[in-house]
Amino acid sequence: MLNIVLIGLNHKTAPVDIREQLAFSKEETKDSLESLQKHPEINEVLLISTCNRVEILMAAENISGAVEAASAFLSDIKKININTFKESLYKYSGDNAVRHIFRVASSLDSMVVGEPQILGQIKEAYQLATSKKTSGVILNRLLHKAFFISKRIRNDTGIGDNAVSISYAAIELGRKIFGSLEGKKILLIGAGEMAEIAVEHLITNRAGDIFIANRTFERGVTLAAKFNGNAIRFEEIEDFLEIVDIIISSTGSPDFVITRPQVKSVMRKRRNRPLFFIDIAVPRDIDPHINRLTNSYVYDVDDLKGVIEENIEKRNKEAVKGNRIVDEAVIRFRQWFENLDVVPTIVDLRKKMDTIANAEVEKTLHTLNHLPKNDRNAIHKMTNALVNKILHDPTLYLKNNQFHGNRASCIDITRKLFKLDD
Amino acid sequence: MESVIIFIIVLYTLSASGYFAYFFVQKNNFHKIGYYLLLAGFIFHSAYIISGYIKSGQMPVHNLHGTLSIVSWSVSGVFLILKYKYDLRILGIFAAPFSACIMIVAIQFPGITSGTDKLFESLLLIVHVVTIFIGEASLALAFGVGLLYLLQEYTIKTKRHGFFYKRLPSLDLLDNTGYACIVAGFTFLTTGLIIGCIYAKLVWGKFWSWDPKEVWSGITWLVYAALLHKRLTVGWRGRRAAIMAIIGFIVLLFTFFGVNFLLQGHHGNFTRW
Repeated sequence: MLNIVLIGLNHKTAPVDIREQLAFSKEETKDSLESLQKHPEINEVLLISTCNRVEILMAAENISGAVEAASAFLSDIKKININTFKESLYKYSGDNAVRHIFRVASSLDSMVVGEPQILGQIKEAYQLATSKKTSGVILNRLLHKAFFISKRIRNDTGIGDNAVSISYAAIELGRKIFGSLEGKKILLIGAGEMAEIAVEHLITNRAGDIFIANRTFERGVTLAAKFNGNAIRFEEIEDFLEIVDIIISSTGSPDFVITRPQVKSVMRKRRNRPLFFIDIAVPRDIDPHINRLTNSYVYDVDDLKGVIEENIEKRNKEAVKGNRIVDEAVIRFRQWFENLDVVPTIVDLRKKMDTIANAEVEKTLHTLNHLPKNDRNAIHKMTNALVNKILHDPTLYLKNNQFHGNRASCIDITRKLFKLDD
Repeated sequence: MESVIIFIIVLYTLSASGYFAYFFVQKNNFHKIGYYLLLAGFIFHSAYIISGYIKSGQMPVHNLHGTLSIVSWSVSGVFLILKYKYDLRILGIFAAPFSACIMIVAIQFPGITSGTDKLFESLLLIVHVVTIFIGEASLALAFGVGLLYLLQEYTIKTKRHGFFYKRLPSLDLLDNTGYACIVAGFTFLTTGLIIGCIYAKLVWGKFWSWDPKEVWSGITWLVYAALLHKRLTVGWRGRRAAIMAIIGFIVLLFTFFGVNFLLQGHHGNFTRW
């Protein structure tokens, strides 16, 4: 009987310097899958490597043998003493391994719960395994179930709702103010990674013209080219406040770049159309008192971080529901898995044949009411004998274990051929 | 007739609970249920008003029961139109209970009054009453939208993104809907007032008789005129517009009830029971 076994480490158990030493590139993964499968202890294998985790998922006869083989492999191929990462390694088997892989695929085990990338990464790992034919009946079924559960959890719970990055939080806020961001004009003051990501998000939300103000005009021109926008001079900011709707500021200025009186006077000219300031700079660029003016909204880094923390809290609450869905799925998977053995398959096969035979005999005898009891018994006997003879060879084949190591897939085919899993 | 009104009240109340459920649970089915129940209520309500008209041959607005019933009918009607145009579902939690409550108040007063008055038979009067009430219903919804706007603005300004932030729509949508309500309300109100003046000329021989109802209607009209003027000239939008919509509605309520209860005038019948 095969077991599902998993070893791995992630951001919770191992520091980044260990994780990066053990990370696998796509090419390395392909080669490793091949060498892992050659190992006599391992029947099926899948390797997941992301920046937050390295995991080896296996189907194997002997749990401890597979665990040892896989950890020795990690140590060999990465040339790291096994003792350096032994402490960080978690080992799961059976239901626990199933639960773990379901939770990972559903992003319940991620650093930020609900982040969507992990599902894609696992799909890629699975594709590599299928291309190298290291994934068989058990891992195929397990991974398909994992993808299914992941989608279900994303749809049925709120784990993917609510922004958890500064730039997404800003976009979400923008939507609550402007409804749609389409055609909204943007002014980027200064430069910086977070600010630029926010601008990119705005562009994907079909924002309108983009203006870029930088102390050094040349820098502004380069950035403007990147975003297909227009560079303006730093002194022109006040004039442009009249036109734009969203201002993202990220300069190194020690003083406020935009002050309350400036906004107050520009509000009249704007006919009170709302202004949304996103202040990513520390020290701040936008006078926080601007938030008190009607129709202008100021959010600084701490405000946005506050929003994100609340949102992470909400996601964690939703994760409880996700874990419940996973638990149910684990039980259902276990039922399938337990049936994937010789004895239950033979029992199911017999039951199915008997049911069909009895139903047909009853149907026929119903129209033959004139037959005496003896004759009826004879027909019953004959049908039973028929079923026995038909099932004799398949039963023998299943019992004798002559599958050349591919027992699971033989049983799986039998179950599918006779539709035993309905 | 009594049982029809109760049926209408039940529909409106169930619709209101549908919208409340939608507000709390955020499942689309609830708002659909609320919408269809309100639609059904509105259809029955229309039938009820028309049958009342056919029976007595005059507009059923000569007592408080009749007028409140028409107010409730107009609010549901205007909301259904708004919902169709802007898909502002959340306003249902204001409109449906509003309609239901007014009907519950209306049923406290007798529906049929003895003695008919020639005054209520003119077509002009029907148009006067219906346009004014549709206008007032729109302004009532503008008041509701204004409240929602202030609530949502408060959550964004204070950075408390809790229960309401998630459930209320964007400020832009609220502001636009509020504006649309006020434009529609103001247009109907103006038309209704002009027709009222013409009717007064026909009945009493003069357009304007400084009756308290007329004076307060004029004041209400001026408040909304000022709001629209400010919006068009200096762009009074958002918070100020919402506050003005709320003040305007309070003045409107006084014109509707206060004048009849506190002052005297030729609209006295309006709130008699």
